[in-house]
Amino acid sequence: MAQAVSDVLKQHLIDPEVCIRCNTCEETCPVDAITHDNNNYVVDASKCNFCLDCISPCPTGSIDNWRVVNAAYSVDEQYSWSELPVQQDIAVQSANDETGEALDEEAAALIASAHQGTGGKPIAPASSAKPSVNLFNRGRPALAIVTGNYRLTAENGDNDVRHIILDFGDTRFPVLEGQSIGILPPGVDAQGQPHRMRLYSIASPRHGERPNTNNLALTVKREPHGVCSNYVCDLKKGDKVQVAGPFGATFLMPNDSAANIVMICTGTGSAPFRGFTEWRRRMTPDAVGRMVLFFGARRPEDLPYFGPLQKVPDSLLAKFFAYSRVPDAPKIYVQDRMREQADMLAPLMQSDKTHIYVCGLRGMEQGVDAALDDICRGSGVKWSELRERMRGDGRYHVETY
Amino acid sequence: MLDLINVDYSTQIPNNVDLASDRQLLRALEKWHPGYIDWWKAMGPDGFQEQLVYLRTAVSVDPKGWAKFGYVKMPEYRWGILLAPQEEGRKVNFGQHMGEPAWQEIPGEYRAMLRRLVVIQGDTEPASVEQQRHLGKTAPSLYDMRNLFQVNVEEGRHLWAMVYLLHKYFGRDGREEADELLVRRSGDKDKPRMLGAFNEETPDWLSFFMFTFFTDRDGKMQLESLAQSGFDPLSRTCRFMLTEEAHHMFVGETGVGRTIQRTCEAMKAAGIEDPNDIARIRALGVIDLPTVQKKLNVHYPLTLDLFGAEISTNSANFYNAGLKGRFQETKIDDDHRLTNSTYPVLKMVDGKIAKVDEPALTALNMRLRDDYTEDCAKGVERWNKIIEKEGINFRLDLPHVAFNRRIGEFRNINATPAGILLSDTDWAKVRDDYLPSSSDGDFIASLMKPAYEPGQYASWIAPPRIGIDSKSGDFEYVKIAA
Repeated sequence: MAQAVSDVLKQHLIDPEVCIRCNTCEETCPVDAITHDNNNYVVDASKCNFCLDCISPCPTGSIDNWRVVNAAYSVDEQYSWSELPVQQDIAVQSANDETGEALDEEAAALIASAHQGTGGKPIAPASSAKPSVNLFNRGRPALAIVTGNYRLTAENGDNDVRHIILDFGDTRFPVLEGQSIGILPPGVDAQGQPHRMRLYSIASPRHGERPNTNNLALTVKREPHGVCSNYVCDLKKGDKVQVAGPFGATFLMPNDSAANIVMICTGTGSAPFRGFTEWRRRMTPDAVGRMVLFFGARRPEDLPYFGPLQKVPDSLLAKFFAYSRVPDAPKIYVQDRMREQADMLAPLMQSDKTHIYVCGLRGMEQGVDAALDDICRGSGVKWSELRERMRGDGRYHVETY
Repeated sequence: MLDLINVDYSTQIPNNVDLASDRQLLRALEKWHPGYIDWWKAMGPDGFQEQLVYLRTAVSVDPKGWAKFGYVKMPEYRWGILLAPQEEGRKVNFGQHMGEPAWQEIPGEYRAMLRRLVVIQGDTEPASVEQQRHLGKTAPSLYDMRNLFQVNVEEGRHLWAMVYLLHKYFGRDGREEADELLVRRSGDKDKPRMLGAFNEETPDWLSFFMFTFFTDRDGKMQLESLAQSGFDPLSRTCRFMLTEEAHHMFVGETGVGRTIQRTCEAMKAAGIEDPNDIARIRALGVIDLPTVQKKLNVHYPLTLDLFGAEISTNSANFYNAGLKGRFQETKIDDDHRLTNSTYPVLKMVDGKIAKVDEPALTALNMRLRDDYTEDCAKGVERWNKIIEKEGINFRLDLPHVAFNRRIGEFRNINATPAGILLSDTDWAKVRDDYLPSSSDGDFIASLMKPAYEPGQYASWIAPPRIGIDSKSGDFEYVKIAA
């Protein structure tokens, strides 16, 4: 009988068959949880605080092992091992344990909800970089300073969408394109509880708005009565913001420059794709993989990054805009533009180098899904099967909110 | 593309030494950088300069920032200058200046000594890249090829680290030494690299794995004792380099381990129990265990030579001056001055190998070498575990320190791996039992066929248990066709 998750412990262990005893982990551990004898390097479960500092410096990968246990393996037990024990049959129900998107429950729930439309367990692309997650949380937030806040939509647009730049100063806050951060607005609600954390996708590439600046950008739309969005949209240069994260370990871009990336978004859903495009432009501008963007908004005036996007060459990014509220013009949605491009999309979708990303308002994935279904049917492919295969390969990603 | 004219050095070189605000240093490195890139293109990996390689780049020294993985063309790799964080209130921890605050600038009287230490360390870094430059063409898998290139770019970064110290702290003669580092060539008759082991060829992949296991481990010991230095910038530089060196030893240990694994598996599948049934084992396309032992017998003594003479006044002077300590100096419980203590050293006494107590200060090379041997022995034991687990009756052993030496007490004698002394005639009869013959070399060379398909491994080596950066073994670590 499976036990309730609250009774069990996720224990960090080192694989003695893979470890080469280089001592890097022991040197790195800030709380001295790692120690060794002549036989093995081990982690003391009573000291390990899951900071994950030891993971990336390990040259072997032996450090990245975890077991869900009822009672922790003692240091002496670990010394005696010549191989890791098998995982005992203990059910783990928490969504965050499955995907590693976030160890923070509040953030994990938000991400799990945003990724629902994927139609199964989200899986990171095979060639994505390894993300850092949950380095900062509500109890220990990172402090960022606002260095820019610009309106992205036309003054006469219906929406106020803003480009916010947060600088982390001396604090290491490593991110990847497609990850999110949590903003912790100050103050309490009517019940005296702290305001809820809100997640925002990072709109800049991993090494900053300009290379090697320790900052990141967000694309935030002002929501009527939205506590957090109004707080963020009203931020002034020099204001300090409490940030949790980074979060997200699956909605990431492939590092493989041969990968085709099809991006479908509405409104602020464009944020991660700005990061994707900019990273590829900077690192592999002559990549053989194609980038295609379908971007929907009510009117050109409401489309974030409309101006800058015009300057991105088609050779790097093929762009298709869809407007649903232009006076005296038919309503066009992203799925309509996709159907128009069936001849281009159909062969692309059959390549196992192709990754599809959908990001925007909750519900948009249904229209997109129907369009992909039609496009596949035209070339004799069953979309439901292809989608499942792509998802399993880490090539189909949905993030809607 | 890397644009050498318009390179923004302040962003091109990831650094935590505030390069942007030190105009003079930046200018000096700007002058050195094009020469480095030329050297890399001429003497770095032969071919494969245009391929995308899945490499780890350090962009900062903290655990979160120093292992960022991504595809990059090697000449565009971002070689950074990264020092471990400064420790508040760090002291000189040994020698006659013990207890004084660690030096942020070089004490004038130690300038020449320190420069020599930095130059010797710096010279080994490009040397190994040169030694290994042909190996890409016979890589047993894309995974191994990627590991080779990772080792190469990091040796390149270690060169940067030493060049930074030379430029920053040694003025004009430092700059000249930095230029010389790009002029010497491994194995070159007229301008060889400074140390013997770094002028030897790396003819095949088993040699490469042995080199990274044994010789890079010497690097680890040297860096660890330089990390004890009272000259704080050297200490901080070496501390960060050690983190990278761990990957190189991983490549060596698992490379030999996977070779052994494959041999044992093939023997079992063919029903061969006798590890000395060499002809039948070789017919399986794997490297027999006695030949693995012979390769070990080449690389271990060659690396012992790197520790120098048994008795050395240089090492005593370095220690006294507080410039180079012992392995894990601060964890040793003694007076850290060694003025009255002794250390047992193996020497030739009246034609026999004997242990002699020598003043500990002049025996520091030996102490470091003994620590090294202990570290090696643990790795060899892990190889033996693989053989044992496969049920093959064979053991690999480190040979005696008197065996096959070119430097020090035992350079003029013949000893077997067990440490038994032999006459020249007797030695000539058994030499090929202990060291690879030319036919052994030919056999290994015959196996060196490239395997360039993702997930494909050459006949003589097992796939890794886990890939790099949690990727699978069939991940496309190098894009050959791109």
